[in-house]
Amino acid sequence: MGKLHSVTLNRELCVGCTNCIKGCPTEAIRVRDGKAVIDETRCIDCGECIRICPHHAKSAVTDSFPDLASLHADHPCVALVPPSLYAQFGPPATRAMIICAMYSLGFDYVYEVALGAAASSARTKEILDQKRELAKTLPPEEAAAIFPMISSACPVVVRLIQMKYKALIPHLVPLDAPMEITARFARAEVSRKTGLDPENIRIYFLSPCPSKRSATLNPLGHKKSEVDFVLGIHEVYPLLLNMLEKSLSVAAAENKQPPLCSLAESSGVQWASAGGEAATLDTEKYMAVDGIHNVISILEEIENEQLPDIEFVEPSCCFGGCIGGPLVVANPFSARARMRGFVRATQEERKEKPDTFMKPDMMDPHIWDVPLSENNSMRLDENIETALGKYEQMEKLLETLPGLDCGACGAPTCAALAEDIVQGNALETDCIIKLKEHIRRVAREINILDL
Amino acid sequence: MKKALTRLGVRPESIKRAAIAMYEAEINAVIHAHGGMAIVSIYPDNVKIEIVDHGPGIPDVDQAMKEGFSTAPDTAREMGFGAGMGLPNMKKHADSLEIETKVGVGTKVIMNIKF
Repeated sequence: MGKLHSVTLNRELCVGCTNCIKGCPTEAIRVRDGKAVIDETRCIDCGECIRICPHHAKSAVTDSFPDLASLHADHPCVALVPPSLYAQFGPPATRAMIICAMYSLGFDYVYEVALGAAASSARTKEILDQKRELAKTLPPEEAAAIFPMISSACPVVVRLIQMKYKALIPHLVPLDAPMEITARFARAEVSRKTGLDPENIRIYFLSPCPSKRSATLNPLGHKKSEVDFVLGIHEVYPLLLNMLEKSLSVAAAENKQPPLCSLAESSGVQWASAGGEAATLDTEKYMAVDGIHNVISILEEIENEQLPDIEFVEPSCCFGGCIGGPLVVANPFSARARMRGFVRATQEERKEKPDTFMKPDMMDPHIWDVPLSENNSMRLDENIETALGKYEQMEKLLETLPGLDCGACGAPTCAALAEDIVQGNALETDCIIKLKEHIRRVAREINILDL
Repeated sequence: MKKALTRLGVRPESIKRAAIAMYEAEINAVIHAHGGMAIVSIYPDNVKIEIVDHGPGIPDVDQAMKEGFSTAPDTAREMGFGAGMGLPNMKKHADSLEIETKVGVGTKVIMNIKF
């Protein structure tokens, strides 16, 4: 039954400090016996702990770069490149050059994930229109309650909603992520071109974050992911940079443009930055919110119906959007500036050479066919009476704890320690303040005996 | 309260109803009475929310229950409150709503939300 995660701990590097337990938005980490332990049922693969760990003990498990030369022929390798990859490279690198460099690394086919994103934008617009039509037939209060729609592009946000904001599950855009849309399209097209069994095609996604890998292992809204392997952008970056430098010097020497590939519209490219998706939807009634803690406060407001007049919310776990992912190389601020350049260049190219672009309606984004499950790991007990008893105990215990939220016990807050004690996973004397009191009392008693 | 209900495994629909009802009652207490006290009692199958204030009281409860009726000051309206939806919203989301009020003494709102 165990959930499949990407975020993992290297026990040897972990010194048992409190940085990760404090930064985890779902309080999924504890330090036990001097080492961090991740509660798999509560981890949403946001990667905050990867960013925060000063000892680099947290990392994302991704697949290793394939030995492309030995595969080929009957196992064509397809690379899916997300728009966030482009932002890792500044001018003079162009999108076409980056895609060509991917081919030079040995991939047989390269597809832009922005293709799937553009298709998703087009489909989301239709869904929004349908919602507006539906709203007209409903009484005003019910009509207001079907909005806002929430983007499901960030898997961390989806998992957070499954766990802490279950009432918002029906608000999620029920479409496969751009990565899946593009992968399905690529598999079918490559199979058609080569005449090979679709199963023989190997699809690699270059990911800016661990959560995309988790989404391939433990899919959201569908049974099986179309992506076979996930590579971290940070791992492919040096190879790509090297290749780009080579091809740039060649291009400069021969003064020729790199060959063109079938390109995605700017509506797909701009998804890499926070707010990029929402801006494609032809509504000004949208809100883009980035950073997991900001996302949490906005989801809270949506659940309390405190966000009227907003039709669409685009939450991204990472600051800046996917360009701020834990597995990218460039800082999100330069990346954002570069993204603007890539988007503008795409718009200009689109005007000049419309034939080289793929129409968004070439792809058909699938509607989710597996309902999203609820994650009940926040529940204290299956039985509500037992849960109530535990909750009361927790409140009583909390009053006796110092309230410093120091994290020295291994839990992020005193409240979390109270919970751990009630659940039988910690002791009151794990609290160093309590332990000190305890020792002082024992010492005093011994003194009395001595007298 | 919302956090507690989540930890107890209460269905999200019920949590939402309780959270909205409580939020509206709290806002009313803040706008009209400059604050008050909230007592939340959770039972295995329902939650009881009592909001007690020592504000001006409600002279005509039936009128106050009407959608759009509001006596909120302009300062509250400027902040997006006072649309006259508070009490109607509480009635809509709670399974029962009782109001005990005395002009010049204060108001007590008691709501019950079943799980």
